[in-house]
Amino acid sequence: MPIYLIALGAVGGRTVVNSWPKPFLPPADLSFGTIRDFLDIAGVWSSALYSVEAAVLCMAFSILLGVPAGYALARFVFVGATTYRLLVLLTRAFPVAILALPLTVGFIRLGLYDTPLGVSLMHTALALPFAVLVSASLFQAIPRELEEAAWVFGCSPVRAFLRVVLPLALPGIAATAIFAFVISWNEVFAASVLTVRHKTLTAYLLSVLSESPLHVQFAGGFVLIIPSVLFIFLVRKRLFSMWGIANR
Amino acid sequence: MNARVIPYLLIAPSLAFLTVLFFVPLVQTVALAFQSDGTWSTATFGRMAGDLNFTDAVINTFEIVIIVVPLQLLLALAMAMMLQHVRGGRDIVLWIWSIPLGISDLAAGLVWLAILTDKGYLNTILVRLGVLSGPQSWLSYETPATLLAAIVVAELWRATAIVLVILVAGVQLIPKEYGEAADVFGATPWQRFTRVTLPLLKPSIQTALILRTVLAFEMFAIVLSIGGRNFPVLVSEAFNWQYNQQDFSVAAAYAVIVMGVSLAATLIYLRVLRTPAAQR
Repeated sequence: MPIYLIALGAVGGRTVVNSWPKPFLPPADLSFGTIRDFLDIAGVWSSALYSVEAAVLCMAFSILLGVPAGYALARFVFVGATTYRLLVLLTRAFPVAILALPLTVGFIRLGLYDTPLGVSLMHTALALPFAVLVSASLFQAIPRELEEAAWVFGCSPVRAFLRVVLPLALPGIAATAIFAFVISWNEVFAASVLTVRHKTLTAYLLSVLSESPLHVQFAGGFVLIIPSVLFIFLVRKRLFSMWGIANR
Repeated sequence: MNARVIPYLLIAPSLAFLTVLFFVPLVQTVALAFQSDGTWSTATFGRMAGDLNFTDAVINTFEIVIIVVPLQLLLALAMAMMLQHVRGGRDIVLWIWSIPLGISDLAAGLVWLAILTDKGYLNTILVRLGVLSGPQSWLSYETPATLLAAIVVAELWRATAIVLVILVAGVQLIPKEYGEAADVFGATPWQRFTRVTLPLLKPSIQTALILRTVLAFEMFAIVLSIGGRNFPVLVSEAFNWQYNQQDFSVAAAYAVIVMGVSLAATLIYLRVLRTPAAQR
């Protein structure tokens, strides 16, 4: 319901936002004018692109680093497994602020400051613990016997993983990837601190918050919401099983 | 390859990544906060505490956490219990309830701004119902109570979903037989809830509370978009010191405080809500 209202604010443009009392139905001359106006404002298009870029990179990093670790946790008994698991869980107890601040300095030195790559690295640190734990639970749910059967039939462990385990785990991994994307897409603090000119959409919106007219803000909020709602729709089936096991 | 090496090879990349991008910055921030002019001191904290907004920020942050987190837990519990009795359309209800999960705090703040501005939808309804004669402002500096209420409502709307998801996932793990057994022994629905469901949900409740409390202490964009600088909280002050005043040390000091309270809350939850190993 509130989303519907911001959508009105977004497509209604200046007239609706300043009108009083507010109409509850979409204006007769429904247009995507404000959204277009909004997208025309210098910086919005490019910042949305930076957002996507950072989110996609974050997605890739989280999966590439998280899935192997998750597999290790699920399939092997090794000294330090519990410690590692605890360490990963612990990262969730620290606020983003404490990480983002010193990284500014470090990133300037490395030339990563103010780049989508830098932002995505920061976001990966947030999404990675999640990716590790969820993929661990995914692999745990796949019977070990399937893999062993593949070995018996002469598959190398790597081949068995690629041909047998990976296809089974793929939907879950995809859901994890989408989650990493959403985490990065929505993150505000680190993105704002780590960028100046190449701002992501959230950082850009935050920086113009106090000066831009309301309908522009609403349009921005609406643009921010659309992908999230779509993604939640895509992963809705997996949401509960993911969290249920990530709990343990 | 030696089977004992493989797991370490598999976790090594993620461990290296977390070390560089997590543990190193963590130490750096703490060092930054406790140093001034190259020596160890608490001067930065003095500078932070001397700032006009500091006391407000602390009070506001705690107010929000203390109001929002218990309300969210109750609300999510009620919603999860209601869901157990919903037959048709359960998936749709779940989907709608979990939509806010994917919405950033910034966007959520903007959504509620649209409703609560002077010429917003709430005022329209109230005037039409005859409760108010004209537009009333809710979010200004003069109305701190309604400003707080607005932020609480926005937070409730946005972040109850995550608690709900964790609890529903927890409820699904409870064997149905336990509840049925309680029924057989003549338990009322309330007894069944407090004696059977609640204790079994404890691990989920613990996870949800830890996650939510940490995130509530971190809350910042939703506050900035609804209240602007009228409603300072800890993280928005950190952001302000870092971004507008370019004083990295004080920003780091704020971050350390946020970390301190988050860790303290986590430890308290872990202790108070711990499940004895025998009950697992």
